[in-house]
Amino acid sequence: MPEALRDVYGESLRRYGLANDRVVVLDADLATSTKSVLFGKACPDRFFDVGIAEANMVSMAAGFAACGYIPFVNTFATFIASIGAVSAKCLIGYSHLNVRLMGGNNGLTGGYDGATHHCLDDINVMRGIPGMLVTSPCDPVQMDWLVQTLIDDYRGPAYVSISRMGAGPVYKAGERFTLGKAKRVCAGADATVFACGLSVPRALEAVDRLRQEGLSIALWDMFTLKPLDEEAVRDAARETGAIVAVEEHSVLGGLGTAVAEVLAESGLAVPFRRVGIRDRYTESGSYPQLVEAFGLGVDAIADAVRQTVARKKGARG
Amino acid sequence: MTEEIRTLYRISYQLRQKAVEMVYHAKTGHIAPGFSMAEIIAALYFSLLRLNPDEPRWADRDRFVLSKGHACPLYYAALAKRGYFPEADLMEYRMLNSKLPGHPDMRKCPGVDMTTGSLGNGIACALGMALIGRKDRRAHYVYALAGDGELQEGIAWEAALYAGNAGLDHLILIVDRNRLQSGGSVSEIQELGDLAEKFRLNRWDTQTIDGHDIPAVLAAVETAKRRAGAPSVIIADTVKGKGVSFMENQYLWHMKAPSDQEYAQAMAELESAVKRYA
Amino acid sequence: MSLTKDRVMELETLCRRFRTDTIALLHRLQTGHAGGSLSVCEILTVLYMECANISVDNRCAPDRDRVVLSKGHAAPMLYRCLSEKGFFPLEELETLRQPGSRLQGHPSMGKTPGVELSTGPLGLGLSAGVGMACANRLQGNGACVFVVLGDGELDEGTVWEAAMAAAKFRCDRLIAIVDWNKVQLDGMTRDVMPMGDLRGKWSTFGWNVLECDGHDIAQLYDAIQTAKGLADGKPCVILANTVKGKGVSFMENTNLYHGKAIDDDEFSRAMLELEGAENA
Repeated sequence: MPEALRDVYGESLRRYGLANDRVVVLDADLATSTKSVLFGKACPDRFFDVGIAEANMVSMAAGFAACGYIPFVNTFATFIASIGAVSAKCLIGYSHLNVRLMGGNNGLTGGYDGATHHCLDDINVMRGIPGMLVTSPCDPVQMDWLVQTLIDDYRGPAYVSISRMGAGPVYKAGERFTLGKAKRVCAGADATVFACGLSVPRALEAVDRLRQEGLSIALWDMFTLKPLDEEAVRDAARETGAIVAVEEHSVLGGLGTAVAEVLAESGLAVPFRRVGIRDRYTESGSYPQLVEAFGLGVDAIADAVRQTVARKKGARG
Repeated sequence: MTEEIRTLYRISYQLRQKAVEMVYHAKTGHIAPGFSMAEIIAALYFSLLRLNPDEPRWADRDRFVLSKGHACPLYYAALAKRGYFPEADLMEYRMLNSKLPGHPDMRKCPGVDMTTGSLGNGIACALGMALIGRKDRRAHYVYALAGDGELQEGIAWEAALYAGNAGLDHLILIVDRNRLQSGGSVSEIQELGDLAEKFRLNRWDTQTIDGHDIPAVLAAVETAKRRAGAPSVIIADTVKGKGVSFMENQYLWHMKAPSDQEYAQAMAELESAVKRYA
Repeated sequence: MSLTKDRVMELETLCRRFRTDTIALLHRLQTGHAGGSLSVCEILTVLYMECANISVDNRCAPDRDRVVLSKGHAAPMLYRCLSEKGFFPLEELETLRQPGSRLQGHPSMGKTPGVELSTGPLGLGLSAGVGMACANRLQGNGACVFVVLGDGELDEGTVWEAAMAAAKFRCDRLIAIVDWNKVQLDGMTRDVMPMGDLRGKWSTFGWNVLECDGHDIAQLYDAIQTAKGLADGKPCVILANTVKGKGVSFMENTNLYHGKAIDDDEFSRAMLELEGAENA
């Protein structure tokens, strides 16, 4: 079983948070689910469970940050990006406060809990807040690096879209990343796939499968959704001439939208497809079932890539 | 004990059995939050509510909003038993393409009046329904059932303030006060203090009862219906997980599927309770 | 110890000047919130001039007191107080609400020296104040956090979430002051959304409750000093009875001047009253 990213997150937050006494952690009665409970048990003085009151929690974090602390705010992504959005926008973003908004159970990873507990718009909401760093890690190594980076290096508001589940791993221990720079997972010449979160390991599987069919596909991990690595998008369009963006999020306002914006403004009219959820509500089910049912699985990714490559060849043909 | 009361108690345990079966079958879901409200749901659906399961959208029906939407297995069991859909369908709970998702969905499940899942919101939805009912001069009542932890949400107090000021006497809120929430005890996580006083200050009529005492539930609702000019809150003191010894007052059973052994024991305990009220 | 009579008179004079300056400014600019600025005048003046340990010199000190104007639309009066404290020159007030200004329509902590929190959307300031109070305690300093709320703002559920949290986290250095002017944008609060027994509400949410005349300098000072001295593990709220539009008869107790531009005729009538009071 791959390690669930929420478990990695909880453990990393405990470890790096303990080492830095400017870190405070807030939760809204989901600590056992978001795994902030690990920090809470290790360091009760710097842990604040506000009960079922998300709006209050996010604004409290602004107060902590105004006093020089680094608050990690934990609840499900769907609640942070809705109930917490006013404070995220008008307090935290506006004043560029050093708050980390940690959205757990992202995408479909709320599984059986159903549509009310899935989150397909957090990236869209957070991307719209000026100055907000928006990230979604794809594997344990990256998750751990990100928590450490958000404590030790980054200054400013940040949002992290965290999967409840695990996949991969994609990276070897000790791999380094740079905020705002896409990470190349594999090279290829026929098309480029951009993905984030758990779509990265799924896309990797699709790319491996396509290689056996004779297609050479590049895969980039776009774990920083904002600021987006626009250069990587332009280079990929020029070098491979076909782009697919894959995300466990609505196709409206997420990674696919961000990539499309770069392509359109650059005048790079290459064949392009978005793999994501097509403006519809989801439902209850197991996570793997939902990934398949909503067209985000390895087969769906491979199909999208094949079609995009075919369009490219057709256009040249 | 009258025959009617005996029957309602029996039903409350049969609903619990169904809920355990559903969660066991789905291997995921919320049992204990349903158990604390089992007698209340039995009293509402099998005695108090004016409903017509053959016509789920009947305009003059009483409305019911399960604001603590996660407690839905037992609620679904009640809807099935009232004939909104076949009881066999209950095993679809939490499955893909099901009308019984992890939180109630009014567009999918017959008999569900409001989609819930984001805590606190159901109270405001019920307020809206009661306002429209009054505007349209309908006689129906609107019932909302909320958890106590849910009252930590500010929206609950926004709705309470409005309803009290509007004097909505056809709105009846029942608080399933089991004193536990997903992460532990309400008093430790965020104490709510004197709940009745908080509602009174928002101009609500208040009653406090034992939520597992069916005659008390029936009487409290009848009292609430007789009162004019103010919404009513019935604070029902309950036990999370009530009815299965090893689940009672255990917040870890907030969301958890039973093992084979736990399932067998739970069903046996519930069966003996059903027999007790045969 | 209470304020001396002389000091009370000085502060009263200052308040009259703040009112005159603010109305004149809003008339010149033809934009900005007059009514709420006039009602909060004494509250902010007593905080900044007497009770809160805030100055240009200690503006970066972690143990400074903090004032959060949760009813951010009363920014003109806040800016007038901050300029009096020397955070920026008085002339800069002329840039209020203009492009490129440090003085935004609602307070912005990134832009305006002395502003401790960006506010504007109502109902957020008390939560942030709870965070600040918890942070101060973690740092082991005894600094006070003052949060100034409107009464209409208390309609917001987040205020009551924050009230519960402040009681849970025993924020006894957190002092909320309600500018209880009984008017909100759409009308009188008794018509829009009556709050009922405000004392009882705060009390049942676990707070100490004090009440005073929010235009009486001496009473305000005593209430704030009492609140600072309680230190009994409970946060404290001061319900300050005020009059929206206080000081200009036709602006008093009405929602008409919540955010409306002041025309020339209104301006001359207002000035007659305010300057008359100033020279009295």
